[in-house]
Amino acid sequence: MNIVMMLAPMSVFLGLIGVGAFWWTLKNNQYDDPAGDAARILLDDPEDSPPAI
Amino acid sequence: MALTYELAPAADLTAFLKRRLGEKPSLDLLVKGARCAACLGKIERETAALPGVAASRLNLTTGKLTVSFDSLSSADPGAVVATLGRLGYPASPYDPGLAAEASEREGRRLALCLAVAAFGAMNTMMFSVPLWAGLFGQELGPATRVLMQWWCALVATPCALYAGRPFFESAWRSLKARRANMDVPISIGVLLTLGISFSETLLRGRDAYFDAAISLLFLLLIGRFLDHELKSRARSAAADLLALQAASATVVDEDGQERRRPIGDVGVGDRLVVRPGERIPVDGQVEAGFAELDCSLLTGEIRPVTLGPGTACPAGAINLSGVLRLRALARPEDSSLAAIARLVEAGAQSKSRYVRLADQAAEIYVPVVHGAAILTFAASWLLGLGPREALLRAVAVLIITCPCALGLAVPAVQVSASWRLFRRGVLVKSGAALERLARVNHVVFDKTGVLTEGRPELLDGPPSIVSLAAPLARASAHPLARALAAHAGPGETATDVVEHAGLGVEGRIGGRPARLGRAAFVGVPDCGSLETELWFGFEDDTKFRFRFSDRLRADAADAVAALKAMGLTVEVLSGDTPTAVARAADAAGIAQRRGGLTPIEKAEAVAVLQSGGHRVLMVGDGLNDTAALARADAAMAPGSALDASQNAADLVFSGDGLGAVVEALRVARGARRLALQNFGFAAAYNLVAAPAAMLGLINPFLAALAMSGSSLFVTLNALRLRTPR
Repeated sequence: MNIVMMLAPMSVFLGLIGVGAFWWTLKNNQYDDPAGDAARILLDDPEDSPPAI
Repeated sequence: MALTYELAPAADLTAFLKRRLGEKPSLDLLVKGARCAACLGKIERETAALPGVAASRLNLTTGKLTVSFDSLSSADPGAVVATLGRLGYPASPYDPGLAAEASEREGRRLALCLAVAAFGAMNTMMFSVPLWAGLFGQELGPATRVLMQWWCALVATPCALYAGRPFFESAWRSLKARRANMDVPISIGVLLTLGISFSETLLRGRDAYFDAAISLLFLLLIGRFLDHELKSRARSAAADLLALQAASATVVDEDGQERRRPIGDVGVGDRLVVRPGERIPVDGQVEAGFAELDCSLLTGEIRPVTLGPGTACPAGAINLSGVLRLRALARPEDSSLAAIARLVEAGAQSKSRYVRLADQAAEIYVPVVHGAAILTFAASWLLGLGPREALLRAVAVLIITCPCALGLAVPAVQVSASWRLFRRGVLVKSGAALERLARVNHVVFDKTGVLTEGRPELLDGPPSIVSLAAPLARASAHPLARALAAHAGPGETATDVVEHAGLGVEGRIGGRPARLGRAAFVGVPDCGSLETELWFGFEDDTKFRFRFSDRLRADAADAVAALKAMGLTVEVLSGDTPTAVARAADAAGIAQRRGGLTPIEKAEAVAVLQSGGHRVLMVGDGLNDTAALARADAAMAPGSALDASQNAADLVFSGDGLGAVVEALRVARGARRLALQNFGFAAAYNLVAAPAAMLGLINPFLAALAMSGSSLFVTLNALRLRTPR
């Protein structure tokens, strides 16, 4: 029984972390431009890119 | 292209700069054609490199580019637009407006409420499973049961209070207006359930319904979220259309400089320049220049009107040829367009009187269910149960008859219907529009641009003569000449071409001077012909006449036949001449037709039909249709229509066919049938469940099962619309 007393709050806490993460993504406008975010990963950043061979 | 128009000088767009205190000035632009990572990189790199630009970011999903500038004095928005144009992405200033911002905030709030409700429902469910097991004789001591109930309370109550706020606030607003919408029983149900569950937990009772309260909110929020997404997607698409036809005018300052200004800033007496392809912004008088005007969206006639100095020109017409210098005669709100705009407003009010299906259902549902709950409480108490037991039964009635099925019944159907129409190129502006469309029994078509393609086609002319005139026609940008050139196909182009605004085009074909244009210009006495025509001739040679007409859309006759087969009556109302209307109506197979109507007469004709018991669908594209579009029970406009018409319409269809009208009607009717089925199912379910709850046969497990089961059934039924049968 004691294990339940520990596991139940832990599972609720893990759920809360999920809700918090979702809240953070909403707050940071991460759903405004899904197509752009997918495209940006393909862009080379001139400063960071490795030197041409 | 032999002919290029004088390019507009880098337009002055400083009027569209957004200035916010403590922030850098910025400009929002709608960029067309950006699709991939390469476009995105190119656009951001090139615009950010411009002098004075601090940062530039493109939203690839919505096609909106935000450019911020270092300071107001160094900002040059015109250079940004010019750069984008050079890269091949036409851009126009965009103002999302306050409504869009509020809608976005509301969307985020609903998403967060949905997430909180999902978290609450899942975790409460976790603690509820042992409780349900206890109901079926599994080993569950009283201490463990109370512990689980307290955990349920701890998780469900804050979540329900937070996630239920959209419902509580809406219910409060509706109660203050002395009406009861669907959110009133939802709020009462949730709050009462939470309260009773608390008291049961304190009193060590068996029945606590925390899981029911929070999963009820979760299911309802799904419906609410879908409804909101449907509305905001349609709204942003409509706003994009508006931005592409940015309402601005080119005003000439006293020092002779041209500036682009929002149309609302144009005053009486301002001097304006209207270039070919632009729309006349306000009623005005021509000071200099000759041009032909396309008034087809105002009157329905495709024959261009010729203008010279001293003549008046109406707002809304499109300049086809020649640069016009005007003096504004009226402010935008007093222009001839404004009278139509007032009619549109009046029509929109009559539309808003429509009561949505879900609200109609709520009007029956609320008194019946609450009556049943009160009756249960009173009867059980009188029949000898304790007040606590009686109250528990009344709450069970409220929970079991939960309106989730009702709350999901309509949004789920409408989302799948509008998704299906979206894939067919039809944009649905709101769910209410679909409901109104489903009840239509009379269809009114406009002629020009709806039944017909809205552009002139060559009627007759021997092929040898057409090919003779074609080189000159290819050199001109005039719509009639383009129609002639399209008929002739590709070939050589005339040399030494000079375009005379409002008259015609002159040039050499094989060294011989030739003219194409109005009768008098070519050298034929003008006999005031009413035909849409073009004359052609070599100098000192025989002159030929080409006649043009507006061609019927390829599937117009099929679409009309399909509408008739669906039991609808069809009519044509047009501003064009009765003979032209008769010709088009005959070809499309429509017997009822009226021509020569003014915009106001059109709206009146629709009103007369409505008072005769008809429910009218108006399909129109012109400014002369907007009042009728707003007045009709449902309205559709093609994507080629004017912004004002698209605003007044409930649905906008793209593509060439009228088949979209038939499809939209089919889907709307199908959606109504499914929504009514869902209501029927919800009613049947309540007829079984409510008496069971009144007799005290319901426990928390059965309540949870019934609630999610009915919601699932309703959603699956709605999804049947996705796949065409």
